[in-house]
Amino acid sequence: MAGTFEAPEVVHEELDILLIGGGMACCGTAYEMMRWAEAVKAESGKDLKIKLVDKAALDRSGAVAQGLSAINTYIGPDLDPADYARMVSNDLMGITRDDLTYDLGRVVDDSVHLFEEWGLPIWKTDADGVRHDGAEAQKEGLAALKDGGKPVRSGKWQIMINGESYKWIVAEAAKKALGLSRIEERVFIVHLINDKNDPSRIAGAAGFSVRENKIYIYKAKAVMLAAGGCVNLFRPRSVGEGSGRAWYPVWNAGSTYAMAAEAGAEMTMMENRFVPARFKDGYGPVGAWFLLFKAKATNAYGEDYMVKNTEMLNDYPPYGQAAVPASCLRNHLMLKEMKDGHGPIYMDTVTALAKLRETLTPKEVKHLEAEAWEDFLDMCIGQCGIWVGENIEPEKKMSELMPTEPYLLGSHSGCCGIWVSGPTDLGAPTSEEYDGVPAHLPKGWNWGYRSMTTVKGLFTAGDGVGASGHKFSSGSHAEGRLAAKAMIKYCLDNADFKLEFDETDAQIAETIWKPVRTFLAHKDYTTAIDVNPHYITPKMLQMRLQKIMDEYVAGCSTYYNTNDKMLAVAEEKLELLKEDSQKLRAKDLHELLRAWENYHRILTAEAHMKHIQFREESRYPGFYYRTDKNFVDEENWHCFVNSVYDKHSKKWTCFKRKHVDLVDKSKLFKAAAPH
Amino acid sequence: MPTFVRTEKCDGCKGQDKTACMYICPHNLMKLDKDGSETGHAMKAFNQEPEQCWECYSCVKICPQGAIECRHYADIVPLGGSVQPLRGSDSIMWTIKFRNGTLKRFKFPIRTTAEGSIDPFGGKPMPKMADLTAPGVFTQSVMNGYRAGNPAELIRK
Repeated sequence: MAGTFEAPEVVHEELDILLIGGGMACCGTAYEMMRWAEAVKAESGKDLKIKLVDKAALDRSGAVAQGLSAINTYIGPDLDPADYARMVSNDLMGITRDDLTYDLGRVVDDSVHLFEEWGLPIWKTDADGVRHDGAEAQKEGLAALKDGGKPVRSGKWQIMINGESYKWIVAEAAKKALGLSRIEERVFIVHLINDKNDPSRIAGAAGFSVRENKIYIYKAKAVMLAAGGCVNLFRPRSVGEGSGRAWYPVWNAGSTYAMAAEAGAEMTMMENRFVPARFKDGYGPVGAWFLLFKAKATNAYGEDYMVKNTEMLNDYPPYGQAAVPASCLRNHLMLKEMKDGHGPIYMDTVTALAKLRETLTPKEVKHLEAEAWEDFLDMCIGQCGIWVGENIEPEKKMSELMPTEPYLLGSHSGCCGIWVSGPTDLGAPTSEEYDGVPAHLPKGWNWGYRSMTTVKGLFTAGDGVGASGHKFSSGSHAEGRLAAKAMIKYCLDNADFKLEFDETDAQIAETIWKPVRTFLAHKDYTTAIDVNPHYITPKMLQMRLQKIMDEYVAGCSTYYNTNDKMLAVAEEKLELLKEDSQKLRAKDLHELLRAWENYHRILTAEAHMKHIQFREESRYPGFYYRTDKNFVDEENWHCFVNSVYDKHSKKWTCFKRKHVDLVDKSKLFKAAAPH
Repeated sequence: MPTFVRTEKCDGCKGQDKTACMYICPHNLMKLDKDGSETGHAMKAFNQEPEQCWECYSCVKICPQGAIECRHYADIVPLGGSVQPLRGSDSIMWTIKFRNGTLKRFKFPIRTTAEGSIDPFGGKPMPKMADLTAPGVFTQSVMNGYRAGNPAELIRK
């Protein structure tokens, strides 16, 4: 029976494995998983039931939907996974899991080589040092990366691509591997379900179609939760139409973090955030400008603030002494100029291109111009919109730079996320030295299945895996692949386990549909549909959240400053907001989507706030400052901050876990300057 | 509005239940106004939440009628420019018009294989269940991308 808005149809399905999300991480999971599932079937006869559920369409979902102009993690034959682990650690101020980053460094190139085989054009350098775009390189007979071809490095770890169809290509491979019958698009999973007899075990997940009046309830032994990071939890710098021009994808609503937390998964480093310094308003990428075109960023008076303010790096030993200072510290030096009134900050595109033109032929100059535009057109077309609207040709006019509003993510230059089981062959700790870790949680860094959270059967990848940033697109795909094997193993090991939901189907359906019920019950109370004392629109709820986060939890309006007192105010206001989220309304399925996204944002924001409050230092100067503890405290806070959420009491518990290096970090630093 | 639909070009994907733009938009923004009650234009699509548009151009690139364009964020960008793609099977062409009339055209490759031609497991090994717990991925013996690492770097082993 087809459902109605008043009485939605409820669909049940029983699976072995459910994949939530459709981005790079889930595409990687699907690709690896289906081959192992084939092996399982061939060897044991067991046919695992697998399904991927995406709230959008796989061809253009996730952070790579628009395309990319570079692959930011490619190790290559000359670097070691240990170098990669060191770089990640340094950029994230020393607190990352070497086991996770090292493991990723071992396999990420495999995924990149597959992408090229599938049709992704990857730029190459020929024997004369001339660079060719990916299609031309192939026509010229230059070798593929897999066969020793030389990529065009725009940085130590980055390689240039013609990546407009990057996601389309990766999705095609995932779709073919899965088969269309195993894919459900436009279904938004909003709620995980625990097992009745073992609350630390996952039993399934539920959501709804954004196209039909249908609720989906899946029972599954293993669940991959990879639904991206969190965007628009802070008030963005542009609050009109431009609020859609988030730097990270606007559809990343914190669903990964919120659902995992509610299911009882241990979270890690939720205090971490990323505040990218990007081209102002359009948020176009700066990497190629800095690294490929060798442009400098300056204050309004032409001074290179990285040189001018270099002494400020000495305030943060040893991180300030690294050959490449952490992203947050580079922001720290830029913010100094802005606060001193020396803005706007500019990317000096004019000088950079003029310098490059000195040695180039007219044909090469034309090529260079195309490269500069492609950098935006492949991944951030909105930035081109600003250039054409403001008549900016980069060779003639400089562009402003600006640090954005904060973002929460675990795959780019950030490391918030979920605490997961790591590889066992790298020397990771197997015990915990700190007191205060709740007794039900594992002690060391691995507990049986790679990428499993502390909830049995619940796995994550990409933005979901905390304490291990800088995976980017390729690394997220590779990380999904690592998890896939462990998920299959988990299913085989738990083949006979009988799952039972800790909620009834009716309860689950009522929870999901509550914003619709609220709307239907009260809509006729007032004459204006959006103003009603009995409900709040998802849009207003989001704006309230953004205002709280911006003004009290170190958003742009306070130059990323907060303190214990401001956090206490935020804590109270977030409590009230969380209560009011029970009065969200949904006038249609589209608004039900927004209602649930914003509920997920609230929980993510609350985790962020609680972690910043717990960590009594300012670990990421330039991303946020606690002005009451405005220092990096290596003695007391060189550790992970982790937390668990209790869905019944709705309270967070934060605690420390000891940080341990598995690779030597001293290679990163120059001798400490006298201070 | 970020992306907008040209009234005279959109044909509602010929009355199918779902338009191409609805199919593809990652943020569920595009909507078919079946009876014209929302826009005054029956059987045409529109962007139902412009302030949530990422300007990712997924709808612009997929529209079979070329009916979708982008008017860049009005709270940021001066009027008059346009950035319009034509996406083919192996390349994309961009026409870029500045507010002052300057025109640029670029063409970039997007793919080196035919769409739909990927054979995901062709020529790839079939793994053994016994290797489920070994490090790495099933393709590593053929893709030449596994970086084993120098064991001396692991200081706790």
